[in-house]
Amino acid sequence: MSTTSETGPEHTPAGPGGAASDAAAREREQDRELGEAGSQLSTAPKEDLPNLPALGVVGWARWFWRQLTSMRVALLLLLLLSLAAIPGSLIPQTGVDETRVADFREQHEFLAPLYDKIGLFNVYGSVWFSAIYILLFISLIGCIAPRTWQFVGQLRGRPPGAPKRLTRLPAYTTWRTEADPGQVREAALALLKKRRFRAHLAGDAVAAEKGYLREAGNLAFHLALIVMLIAFAWGQLFKSEGNKLIVEGNGFANTLTQYDDFKSGNLFDVADLEPFSFDVKSFTGTYERSGPNKGTPRTYETELVYTEGAYGEEKTTTVKVNEPLVIGDAKVYLVSHGYAPVVTVRDGDGKVVFKDAVPLLPLDSNVTSSGVVKVLDGYRNARGEKEQLGFNAFFVPTFGGSESGTMLSQFPGLDYPVLALSAYHGDLKADSGIPQSVYQMDKTKMKEFKDSDGELFKKMLTPGETMTLPGGAGTVTFEKDVREWAGFQMVQEPGGGWALGGSIVAIAGLAGSLFIQRRRVWVRAVEGPDGVTVVEMAGLGRSESATVPEELGDLAGILYDRAPGAPEPEPSTASSEPSEPSGSPGSPDSPDPQAVPAEGAEKP
Amino acid sequence: MTLAAAPDLVTATSLAAAQNENLAEISNVLIYSAMAVYTLAFFAYIAEWIFGSRSKVARTAAALTPRGEAAKKAPAVTVRKEGGTAVLERPKVVVRAAAGARDVPDGPGAHGGDEQGDLFGRVAVSLTVLAFLVEFGGVLTRALSVQRAPWGNMYEFNITFTTTAVGVYVLLLALKKNVRWLGLFLTTTVLLDLGLAVTVLYTESDQLVPALDSYWLYIHVSTAILCGAVFYVGAVGTILYLFKDSYESKLARGGKPGGFATSVMERLPASASLDKFAYRVNAAVFPLWTFTIIAGAIWAGDAWGRYWGWDPKETWSFITWVAYACYLHARATAGWKGRKAAYLALAAFGCWLFNYYGVNIFVSGKHSYADVGMSALTAIGF
Ligand code: HEM
Repeated sequence: MSTTSETGPEHTPAGPGGAASDAAAREREQDRELGEAGSQLSTAPKEDLPNLPALGVVGWARWFWRQLTSMRVALLLLLLLSLAAIPGSLIPQTGVDETRVADFREQHEFLAPLYDKIGLFNVYGSVWFSAIYILLFISLIGCIAPRTWQFVGQLRGRPPGAPKRLTRLPAYTTWRTEADPGQVREAALALLKKRRFRAHLAGDAVAAEKGYLREAGNLAFHLALIVMLIAFAWGQLFKSEGNKLIVEGNGFANTLTQYDDFKSGNLFDVADLEPFSFDVKSFTGTYERSGPNKGTPRTYETELVYTEGAYGEEKTTTVKVNEPLVIGDAKVYLVSHGYAPVVTVRDGDGKVVFKDAVPLLPLDSNVTSSGVVKVLDGYRNARGEKEQLGFNAFFVPTFGGSESGTMLSQFPGLDYPVLALSAYHGDLKADSGIPQSVYQMDKTKMKEFKDSDGELFKKMLTPGETMTLPGGAGTVTFEKDVREWAGFQMVQEPGGGWALGGSIVAIAGLAGSLFIQRRRVWVRAVEGPDGVTVVEMAGLGRSESATVPEELGDLAGILYDRAPGAPEPEPSTASSEPSEPSGSPGSPDSPDPQAVPAEGAEKP
Repeated sequence: MTLAAAPDLVTATSLAAAQNENLAEISNVLIYSAMAVYTLAFFAYIAEWIFGSRSKVARTAAALTPRGEAAKKAPAVTVRKEGGTAVLERPKVVVRAAAGARDVPDGPGAHGGDEQGDLFGRVAVSLTVLAFLVEFGGVLTRALSVQRAPWGNMYEFNITFTTTAVGVYVLLLALKKNVRWLGLFLTTTVLLDLGLAVTVLYTESDQLVPALDSYWLYIHVSTAILCGAVFYVGAVGTILYLFKDSYESKLARGGKPGGFATSVMERLPASASLDKFAYRVNAAVFPLWTFTIIAGAIWAGDAWGRYWGWDPKETWSFITWVAYACYLHARATAGWKGRKAAYLALAAFGCWLFNYYGVNIFVSGKHSYADVGMSALTAIGF
């Protein structure tokens, strides 16, 4: 593989100023000087200059493919990807927060339809965002495949032979020795092999190379990116996610009908649901009692008894906020919590028509909660007619006292629980066929119970207290039993293992690619005109490393010990050194400021 | 279920709280002391630069003249004579500039070879190390006072971040890297940042909610801070590279930069060295940044049931990551090396900054998950 061939200046890669193309030109010139020796130090695709393609469909297709898989286009696509990800972080997204999207729609009547059209409410699923990353990954595959191939070829082949003029290389050293050229080459070969270089003898020089892991790491990194993308896409397609609120003592079986709400990916099938069931034994929450963080949760955990599969054995476990229960592909997360006071409703005859723990939804961080108690069947009013009862419930686990002037809870723990109820009767319209929230009451067919002042009948109860409904309609008791409920999210997202594996390989590969230096060393030993052996050593790496000259100095120091220096010939012969046919020797009085002493140079 | 807390538990926690307040006080004193020492270091660095301006070096100009060009091509002769008898020396390695680069030597550093300047520079470094230790103590006592890692809010994040950035600088010095030129730029910005932290961002010490109680979170946030500190050091290198590169280009075109610019630029490393420095720093930390994002995803997976959800923080970490990947790519792409790549590096660092400050201040929506884990995220700023 050779470097870019000669082209006119009008074909130099893009660059507005002369400076960039100037630098590029200098670079190419340098590349040519190094010739074969400098090639293949990486498998990066050579820059194709944007020549117009040959005529014909095939020509255009090849041209397009070459463009797509070039470094320049990969870079542009990467840039585009980062820019395209920005709007999704500034505009509310349906996948992240529906309610904020709804708010936005209300506030921006003009913009919202526009945003809808170009998918700005769903950036990461939009056509244009997908187009960018799909192009990028096609480009990546188109780039990786040939590079892998090429790398395998390089592994099979041998490091290229020494360039003619080693003095041209970034790190260079030379000395004269009495030792026989063949012996020097043998010593060099042995030394380089011992240093784990891949080395071989090519003509009058030893050629060696090290650091192949850099390339391997880079390839592994890019391959891992592909694996991660596929795993992520797979996960999205087969994903399912549902929520369920469960009061202490109740249970759940993983079937679609049991969920409060459920979402799934396009290819999800109900049969994919992992079979398991569990009962909630208890929920425990403790809270900071004092200090500026009074009320901050300290523990949140729930004890479950679960069975895997249809007939599995029962096992007990604790689920915490950061520690989901994992069953097969499914994970059970504890995501929320609240209170469920136990309420008993009796009719005018004292018959119990309702007794249950009523889960209420928290409104603030101190778990001020609200909800509805619904008595659907079994109730008859004072006149003996069938009716339904409804109570708006407001609950605080820690009441501030009537003098506090607030009905809001003062603390999330159950220090002074108070339940406030307002009472209605009539038809809850639960049978109308329209699904109803258990936390809301449809009051269109409900009538208020009135107190003696003709106002809505309402009362505040502490545990154990009973209120009597007006007109002999019955009683309501707030039992001395406040249960807690826990909200669970059940998630199944296959492909997580692949994504994780991919990311581990990606990091390892990246580390190899960025920390390992791929470099070459050549050692030439030939007999000079005066019969003394001239040794030349040169090193070549990628420009970012300072270690190439250091390593070369180190190697030279060792080799010098095996082939010690010979006296300098008379000045007249010095200028005709074979290795330096054209260069003018610098003045001995002004040593190069950048010369690095070989290791051990100070020692006698 | 207990309906009232045990009274002895209440007194025990309030005792502990009092002790924690003491520690928080100590932490504040240490942070202010560190600021005082940084200020001294700042003046010492200034003195180094001022005394250094006495020496008039013009290496860059010399290297860029045609004569310098010719001299570069010829490697130094490695064996020389002394008093008639040949004295043999070990071979020396001659280093040539990389392909396409100007062969400009590095400047001598802020002191410019001036002895007094050098003395002030050494004093400045010692003061920086001292300030670092004091600030580190401040961060540590803060952590003890809140009994958790010190990154619960912007104030804590800022003091940890500056400590880490100075720590990176001190570490590079300890590794004998040529980075003293960073000192002035670093102490200036650290002082500004700390000033902001103690005035605008100060927050009483407080504790975290259980959702934060995950070791993945500790790993995630600590590596994020470390990455930020290293990216920051890289960005300073990149900015100086851009200045020095303009200066060198101007000289190469035969221009005459101003006296002040000459005095400062001549003492900085060559643009090629600054560029290389910035690259190495950024490249070294890029895998760690990749790891940081993955650790965050693992934690999000445990806390929220999805490892990636395009939350603004996640999105901006991703944007930052892609931006740095762009920069690394640009350095391997013809026509993008040098200044263009440097602009990409600065843009990438801008993304990082925005992810911390911008997203916290301008982009809302983290409380949107009305669940247990969420307030957690807001609480720690991530
Ligand atoms: C899509 C087409 C892509 C192509 C053609 C491509 C090509 C390359 C090549 C050839 C290198 C090695 C350069 C060198 O030897 O220094 C490289 C390095 C790298 N690539 Fe890509 N890549 C692509 C996509 C990506 C993507 C999607 C990412 C991640 C966001 C990425 C991140 C990197 C990184 C971090 C390096 C290391 C840079 C270095 O070694 O200095 N690449 N890429």
